[in-house]
Amino acid sequence: MNPTQQYKRADGTQSAVIAASGLGLTFQTNDGPVQALSNVDLTIGKGEFVSFIGPSGCGKTTFLRAIADLEKPTAGTLTVNGMTPEQAREARAYGYVFQAAALLPWRTIERNVGLPLEIMGNTKADQQARIKRTLDMVNLTGFEKKYPWQLSGGMQQRASIARALAFDADLLLMDEPFGALDEIVRDHLNEQLLELWARTNKTICFVTHSIPEAVYLSTRIVVMSPRPGRVTDVIESTLPRERPLDIRETPEFLSIAARVRDGLRAGHSYDD
Amino acid sequence: MTFAARSWQAWIVLLLTIVAAITLPFTTNSTGFNSTSAVITLALLIAAIIIDGLRLGNALKAVLLFIAAHGAAWLLISGIAGQEGTAKLSFYLAIAAAWLIAWRCVTLLSGLRVKNRSVDTALRILIPAIFGAWILIIWEALVRGAGIPFILLPPPAAIGQRIANSLPVLGADVRQTIFKSVFVGYVIGCAAGFVTAILADRVPFLRKGLLPIGNMVSALPIIGVAPIMVMWFGFDWPSKAAVVVIMTFFPMLVNTVAGLAASSHMERDLMRTYASGYWQTLWKLRLPAAAPFIFNALKINSTLALIGAIVAEFFGTPVVGMGFRISTEVGRMNIDMVWAEIAVAAVVGSVFYGVIALIERATTFWHPSIRGG
Repeated sequence: MNPTQQYKRADGTQSAVIAASGLGLTFQTNDGPVQALSNVDLTIGKGEFVSFIGPSGCGKTTFLRAIADLEKPTAGTLTVNGMTPEQAREARAYGYVFQAAALLPWRTIERNVGLPLEIMGNTKADQQARIKRTLDMVNLTGFEKKYPWQLSGGMQQRASIARALAFDADLLLMDEPFGALDEIVRDHLNEQLLELWARTNKTICFVTHSIPEAVYLSTRIVVMSPRPGRVTDVIESTLPRERPLDIRETPEFLSIAARVRDGLRAGHSYDD
Repeated sequence: MTFAARSWQAWIVLLLTIVAAITLPFTTNSTGFNSTSAVITLALLIAAIIIDGLRLGNALKAVLLFIAAHGAAWLLISGIAGQEGTAKLSFYLAIAAAWLIAWRCVTLLSGLRVKNRSVDTALRILIPAIFGAWILIIWEALVRGAGIPFILLPPPAAIGQRIANSLPVLGADVRQTIFKSVFVGYVIGCAAGFVTAILADRVPFLRKGLLPIGNMVSALPIIGVAPIMVMWFGFDWPSKAAVVVIMTFFPMLVNTVAGLAASSHMERDLMRTYASGYWQTLWKLRLPAAAPFIFNALKINSTLALIGAIVAEFFGTPVVGMGFRISTEVGRMNIDMVWAEIAVAAVVGSVFYGVIALIERATTFWHPSIRGG
């Protein structure tokens, strides 16, 4: 059953997976309030791959964490699958991939991937089947019995993606998942991620620092800027869904990248 | 045979042996040491110097040196027995020379590269065993050679003999003190500290109110508490167990509280994204992450419990128990029995600690301090 179908909007149009309007989030710190998000309006539909790009402090991670109910917005409305973020979290509506793999060192790779399934109370047989399938999806078959600290950084991050996929949430939230990896591993994982997205038709929200990564992966790129964190531009990608790595040398790719760069620069001019 | 191949120990042994030979005899009265045993002793030392210079396999060389060193030591100690306090300079020089040979032997042994695993394990036990044996040999030789009064420091052989002759008494004391007071107190104290830590974590009001009180409990002087526990729980082991509970409670509480905070924010956020409940997060994330801290407390408490139980017995006890034995035998000038109890306590304490350390290695194998980086 598709959860989005249960939550049709009143006007009957295709319901949004994520809908934010007038969203604001202010942190109370010792140095006074910090406005991490201000007046964000954004709707993300099913099956989209949306990247959030912007300099540090622009609120892209905060927005992702607000969707995941790890932060509470202080203004505006935010719905996930038509529910409040808290309801969505309790319904296990999304898988979250953090900046670091955050695998538990006392569990083998297969037991790390099985962790959400154990918590959600899946049967043992079902757990085994899902672990096998998701590890296969991220090309980690054969590493089931290894401990995280026996694997490379790239493999650890792939295991953490497998863990987020294991319980088959339709929404995948990824917070700079490849930020700590080197260029070659990153290219490889980007390719695999696109493949996975094409195969599973999940909705993916992807936070990144890298313009080429954002352009290569996304159907839509949200450019954000800091102080206060806000959306300055939303760029629809005209690239086809099928994207070989060398698409990054095409003029179309470069022109989208240039537009993203312009958007980032415009956001920055406030600082100078 | 080349002289350069000799170790520095061999050169010093050579020097010591020459001086010892010049300053013979070993003792002021020569009834104990006949000249034959003195000559054999010196011959063994010389033989060791020669062996060290030979082109032999390191294993064979180590065995020969082992025989020479311990043969010389045995001759020296059995010669001095019965005429304590008569040793002269050459006796000490000879013992020092034998010790250096044993040192050389251990150096050779620790340099061996063995493929066979069981031989390797045997070596790993043998090396510290030789090391420990020489502490006892030197203790024995010095105490007998210098004629130190028995009441101040008995020789280890006398302590060993006392242990062998008093096994039933020592056994009863161990049963009373270790298997009753220490074991029961340790289990209750550690369990109570652990449960309190979880409660304090779960209920904020307890965290604010209980931790400072726990702090105060840990500052209670055991010497003051022990007699009160005797009043409360009687003379037998429950009062000692109560002292052990008080001593072990706080280290476990503090370490568990610190351990429960050891998991990272990211890991806790991860559990939150799974909508994991408090107990699931505790069981699957926070307690495993706290395990190194909890084991730390278990190890600290293993020695604390032993101290607590023994000292508590000084304040009233039935006529059995390690603390009782120590306090009464001191009064009766039976110092060898006191040392026998100390030796038994040291062995039991080490085994206790070792077992916990082994369990720790098996459980927290994933921690960088154990898997090595």
